[in-house]
Amino acid sequence: MAAPIVIVGASHAGAQLADSLRREHWDGGILMIGDEPELPYHRPPLSKDFLSGKLGEDRLPIRDPSFYAERSIDTLLGRRVTAIDRTAREVTTDDGSRLAYAGLALVTGARPRLLGVPGEQLEGVFVLRSAADVRAIRARLAAAERVVVVGGGFIGLECAASLRGLGKQVTVLEARERLMPRVMPPAVSDFFLALHADHGVRIVCDTGVKEILGKDGSVDTVVGADGSTFPADMVIVGVGVLPNVELARECGLACDNGIVVDERARTSDPSIVAAGDCANHPNRFFGGRARLESVQNATDQARVAASTLAGGDATYDAVPWFWSDQYDIKLQMVGTSHAYDRSAIRGDVAGRRFSTFYFRDGRLIGTDSLNSPVDHMLSRKLIGAGTPLTPEQAADAGFDLRALSNAPKA
Amino acid sequence: MAKVVYIEPNGNSREIEVKEGWSVMEGAVRNGVEGIVAECGGTCSCATCHVYVDDAYYAKLPPPDDIERAMLESAAAERKPTSRLSCQIRVSDKIAGIILRIPDRQY
Repeated sequence: MAAPIVIVGASHAGAQLADSLRREHWDGGILMIGDEPELPYHRPPLSKDFLSGKLGEDRLPIRDPSFYAERSIDTLLGRRVTAIDRTAREVTTDDGSRLAYAGLALVTGARPRLLGVPGEQLEGVFVLRSAADVRAIRARLAAAERVVVVGGGFIGLECAASLRGLGKQVTVLEARERLMPRVMPPAVSDFFLALHADHGVRIVCDTGVKEILGKDGSVDTVVGADGSTFPADMVIVGVGVLPNVELARECGLACDNGIVVDERARTSDPSIVAAGDCANHPNRFFGGRARLESVQNATDQARVAASTLAGGDATYDAVPWFWSDQYDIKLQMVGTSHAYDRSAIRGDVAGRRFSTFYFRDGRLIGTDSLNSPVDHMLSRKLIGAGTPLTPEQAADAGFDLRALSNAPKA
Repeated sequence: MAKVVYIEPNGNSREIEVKEGWSVMEGAVRNGVEGIVAECGGTCSCATCHVYVDDAYYAKLPPPDDIERAMLESAAAERKPTSRLSCQIRVSDKIAGIILRIPDRQY
């Protein structure tokens, strides 16, 4: 029997890749291998409604089992690929099986970065990446009153909001001087600092973690770099992720902050593609190469990877966007605010319904929208098309952004 | 469970039993109904799950809120009087048999 296309990874990118291969009329076999024991599921709700218990298990899967069956997409779950033999065109799995491939897609994702401090292995210290992580957190929640969240990024802050909603005492420790320092400008950081404070979360910036102390093998106290102590019945560590590049590196593919791919998702071996959190790709919206950790990137890049494997010629040129829900605030980001030289605010700041538009060299490069999904959607169109917009126009509530976004390209 | 009828952009009709309380968008995406993208995962933030509700059922639905109405203005395909975002339509026995026509584009 002819070898299938093998997809290593069974999450957002894997599910999309398998679906897209069929849409691209690949009629050979498809085998999706995942190291988690479940079919691809939605990760965004994990730190939000799944953690808070508002979203049940049955809502998590991206597709029903019948979806895969009807499209002859085979799955091998709870199995890890341990090696790739590019000469023989085979992958080896952790049970020792060797499986031939006709084409190979690496959608291996990322794993949580650890603190690397004493006490991180204590009972009650968690990371949050998988559904299993959240099930474990939920199983301990009843016995946890005081939760320390390490890391004031999206995962940490979404956790904090969800846990406050469950009535927990929450402290967030951020090593840098402000929240979400890597991706958000200071004004947005300040907004979220105030938002969390209003909801009773204690936020402590400029505070790294030196060690975690236990009592009877269970977490008891987080010790800050300056010696300050934070009592904790539970610790959730959300300090970023590391791309899973080991398989690629060990078989000789170029890696540099992720698996290096081109605009068609091809690795340095053109018969192997990579997509999603693990892929370092050219991205004109960031003005260079980027490795993005988002559902948008996972699904859009997976579509391109599928096209490449099926003999098509699609290229990746999607406008990057992302979102975060905290309390009643929906933050939506498009493009980038990195190295902006001007910004403009549109909307009602006091009413917590506004957008910040970022410009560099006179061009719109990104927009952060709070409870303003229409601004977000219009910004996606404007940035994607490169439509000229001035900061003055963006700040003018009377200026018709929709009409501008619908205008034919100059 | 209640029956939802999805008419895909090419005219193909799909009848799917969807759990009560789920959105009709979820029922579509989980089963691979063509033409419903739902990029944002169902949070009324992207207007890529736009559908036209059959007249007989439209009036049975709670009306769209301000955000949904604004988002519908951003939909790629023509907005009609019976346009809705399918992530905002909850399945219940009151709308069993609802017929949804999916526009030819969501971008």
